[in-house]
Amino acid sequence: MPSTDSRTTLPPLVEPAAELTREELERYSRHVIIPEIGSEGQRRLKNARVLVIGAGGLGAPALLYLAAAGVGTLGVVDDDVVELSNLQRQVIHTVDRVGLPKAESAALAVADLNPLVTVVQHRIRLDNSNAVELFSQYDLILDGTDNFETRYLVNDAAAIAGKPYVWGSIFRFDGQVSVFWEKHGPTYRDLYPEAPPAGSVPSCGEGGVFGMLCAAVGSLMVSEAIKLVTGVGRSLLGRVALFDALGGSWREINVLKDPEAQPITELSDYAAFCGVLPQEETTAEPEAADDTVTAGQLATMLAARDAGLRDFVLVDVRETGERDIVAIPGSVLIPQGRILAGEAWDELPREREIVFHCKGGTRSANVLAAARREGYTKVSHLEGGVMAWVRDVEPEKPVY
Amino acid sequence: MPVVSVVVPSVLRPLVQDAGSVRVELPGQGTVTVGQVLGSLAGSHPLLGRRLRDETGALRRHVNVYLGPDEVRRLQGLDTPVPDGAELLIIQSVAGG
Repeated sequence: MPSTDSRTTLPPLVEPAAELTREELERYSRHVIIPEIGSEGQRRLKNARVLVIGAGGLGAPALLYLAAAGVGTLGVVDDDVVELSNLQRQVIHTVDRVGLPKAESAALAVADLNPLVTVVQHRIRLDNSNAVELFSQYDLILDGTDNFETRYLVNDAAAIAGKPYVWGSIFRFDGQVSVFWEKHGPTYRDLYPEAPPAGSVPSCGEGGVFGMLCAAVGSLMVSEAIKLVTGVGRSLLGRVALFDALGGSWREINVLKDPEAQPITELSDYAAFCGVLPQEETTAEPEAADDTVTAGQLATMLAARDAGLRDFVLVDVRETGERDIVAIPGSVLIPQGRILAGEAWDELPREREIVFHCKGGTRSANVLAAARREGYTKVSHLEGGVMAWVRDVEPEKPVY
Repeated sequence: MPVVSVVVPSVLRPLVQDAGSVRVELPGQGTVTVGQVLGSLAGSHPLLGRRLRDETGALRRHVNVYLGPDEVRRLQGLDTPVPDGAELLIIQSVAGG
């Protein structure tokens, strides 16, 4: 059914299925009786193939609403397993599925909610070798990933495959949603041509996320997806909806296609583009053993420091909130973003020995590399971070 | 004295003592520009200033500034006039999901 607003009305993405069964008519009746959706729109949904990247904060509510709406085939890309700390917001997963692959947990939840939906589990990490081919098998993609590298990959692969995608992104209380489709409008690269410097923006795992924000943003993503499939309404293509959960307000901004941007024709090196060090440089290799201390060694060093036999500074490079959950006694907090932005060198004495630590060892490795570039020589970091410390030294303390 | 309020996203709020927006008062009369507002903001909040603009004063590519619904790069960039009482919105790229 045509929309009254032609500005961003797009043709329906999916041809309608032949018919709805009696059971489907009953199940979907509250949509079928809306004139804009109707039987035709519902039959388009039945025929639709939608791929959701990430069964996490955004993917969890999105998958539930897509399944409830009767999208015929749902692909789920996720290579992670369900953890207890996911359940604060990832409402598709449950306590008894902690430890299961997220894709499998999502498939079980969808089957419980709507057995008419076919779920295809892709327990893989999206990368340059599989993205375009995978996207080609679907009509539409929802991007609910949690890192900049994958987000630029999704954008470029969708452009190459000629597919539209719904993009949602969250941090603490802020959410952003848009639709990108190179054929018909701007892409993610028109909104953000470059990723922020690696380490300058905390991830949700580091900075936290307001659980309910996921529902607001995830459900808006599905609204856009259903509109694209059925061809109703005014798409967010060319606009970004911004949600400030703390302020209780929505705003809207425009995104224009950059007239000078080159068409996207091939995938690139997204780790390099996002300034992420290759894995071998961020993890401790045997030849770099001087650079790392184990939790057990750190405990010995701290005891020697307490006895006045040794002098060093233990710097926690995590975020304030993480430190409130668990901290190593005798450490001082300087979040990695401040160090990498060059704002904290005055607080780090060059003449003294410094041990950096984070949650798991990745951020502290980045800080260590930055400190070496800055000319620091007596620096090292804690292998495995505070999680290794809890495991090996203070097992009664909480993990996260 | 023109007054402009600058809305700061939560990812940058630690740099402005966790304020959601910063009121910038500029000396003189009449129209001010985006560049002048950001310059004044950088004077009172130097760390935020460095996150928004590089050493040459250009806006960093992962930071967008909007006057109303429009990104200032698509207007007149840092020379875009900002009416008295207007709001500038800073958006930074985040990747959480």
